[in-house]
Amino acid sequence: MDRFYKLTAFEIKEKISKGEIKAVDVIADIFDRIEKTESKIDSFVSLRKEGALEDAKKIDEKVANGESLGALAGVPVALKDNMVSYNEPSSSCSKILDGYMGVYDATVVKKIKESDAIIIGKTNMDQFAMGSSTVTSCYKKTKNPWDLERVPGGSSGGSASAVAAQQAIITLGSDTGGSIRQPASFCGTVGLKPTYGRVSRYGLMAFASSLDQIGPFTKTVKDAALCMNVISGSDDYDSTVQDVEVPDYTKFLTGDVKGMKIGVPKEYFVEGMKPEVEKAVRDAMAKFQEMGAEIMDISLPHTKYGVSAYYIIAPAEASSNLARFDGVRYGHRSENYQGVEDLYVKSRSEGFGDEVKRRIMMGTYVLSAGFYDAYYKKAQKVRRLMKEDFDKAFEKVDIILTPTAPSAAYRLDDEKTPLEMYLEDVFTIPVNMAGLPGISVPAEIVNDLPVGIQLVGKAFGEGDILKAADAFEKARGEWNFPEFE
Amino acid sequence: MSLTREEVLKVAKLARLEFKDEEIEKFQIQLNDILGYIDILDEVDTDGVEPLIHVNEGLGKLREDEIRKSFTVEEALKNAPQSEEDTIIVPKVVGE
Repeated sequence: MDRFYKLTAFEIKEKISKGEIKAVDVIADIFDRIEKTESKIDSFVSLRKEGALEDAKKIDEKVANGESLGALAGVPVALKDNMVSYNEPSSSCSKILDGYMGVYDATVVKKIKESDAIIIGKTNMDQFAMGSSTVTSCYKKTKNPWDLERVPGGSSGGSASAVAAQQAIITLGSDTGGSIRQPASFCGTVGLKPTYGRVSRYGLMAFASSLDQIGPFTKTVKDAALCMNVISGSDDYDSTVQDVEVPDYTKFLTGDVKGMKIGVPKEYFVEGMKPEVEKAVRDAMAKFQEMGAEIMDISLPHTKYGVSAYYIIAPAEASSNLARFDGVRYGHRSENYQGVEDLYVKSRSEGFGDEVKRRIMMGTYVLSAGFYDAYYKKAQKVRRLMKEDFDKAFEKVDIILTPTAPSAAYRLDDEKTPLEMYLEDVFTIPVNMAGLPGISVPAEIVNDLPVGIQLVGKAFGEGDILKAADAFEKARGEWNFPEFE
Repeated sequence: MSLTREEVLKVAKLARLEFKDEEIEKFQIQLNDILGYIDILDEVDTDGVEPLIHVNEGLGKLREDEIRKSFTVEEALKNAPQSEEDTIIVPKVVGE
């Protein structure tokens, strides 16, 4: 049998529309791949094989009837478990939502379906997207396809591992402080967090509403561009989506970065940075220079305050957003309670995991009477200073190049304290704080583990970072994902 | 700033969460660890800086405020842990 799981989204769509391959065969092959690999990786929390095969038949009928096809026709897509889809389970991998069935489609789900892509299932994640290793899921631990004893990163760990293990061609994740880019780096995939306000959050279970964005994991930069064409754009159900035209992002992939000004912030080369990470960034700088881009030193002076400001703002917003889980309208309800107040307390205490409780506690504290100005307002002021750092830098440069994460994937048994875990996001958080687009691209393999680099663009400058990422990918050469079968 | 055990209990009450004794101690240590780190924000001079609430200046595209089809009662109750005759069952709250 031909193996279709190795193809890219672009190739699948091309071959299906030319009648060279059938969507049902692609889906059958993807599920065969999943069945052979899933017991080792644990990327998924739910699968919809029958539904996917039926959807595939409809695509093949469209082809037979000569109907026009959507941009992702026949492409197997998996969604992070915090994205709601009609009549399918979604739980954000928390016990408090175990068994929850979607009663509507998130806007991204609607757009993915309209593009004729085929949804194959939901992926594992840190509970409510809180974590950087996917170990806070209430269901299971996802393994890194490059080394099964290591974490896939997080919080969108299942979405990253599914693409790296070639169990899906495109997956969607969400990124609040690095939850797409860090797992993309750990798993050796492309991962893009769009500008805040580029992609609708309607139907994404809210973690920190002023920071959350949905974006794709893909094998190639071109597939990320294709997916962005589909999921971007204004939406009647999310007023934070900006009314900015969506260009054809594939048009930016010219491979030509001659004269492009690429800033490298000195604050991102911190003491104690892992040598493999520094090497990947330095090598990338050299590659860009060879291609005719100009590398420029820049400064983002408030970088070191990013993690602190983030761990005030994100938990504050989370504590408000998660107040809706009270055991009344949906979700887990405790069986032993006395009165309505106790119903809330017991249902929440039984349903939420420790990391979620920790952040609700942090958020409640920083918003409580007497502390609001000292913490929340202060953090919002620092957030403005961080954004102004980027504004100033972008007066001189077109894009910014940094490491994605301070290290390659660490071991599953490497137990970190909550604070140590939070510091993992030091290079990705500032990008969310400033609302900018960022992409992680696989750069090299060091000691058998992939390491990614991050490219950051101006607001709504996804085209610029896709252009640079694509040129870099071409210069880097072929990227082989690990085999299992 | 650091949290006392009493303050942890007060925050838990506000957040509608409850903890076992040993959990309270663990959370107290972890939260103080994080708060201790966050204190580096004191170094930053933010006098005269406006808090950043929305990263994008303008609002997105607004739609007309018109009546649209919404969920059916059946859909709205689909995930309710306890429901009966088109309503969600809750403990008695009147007279408490």
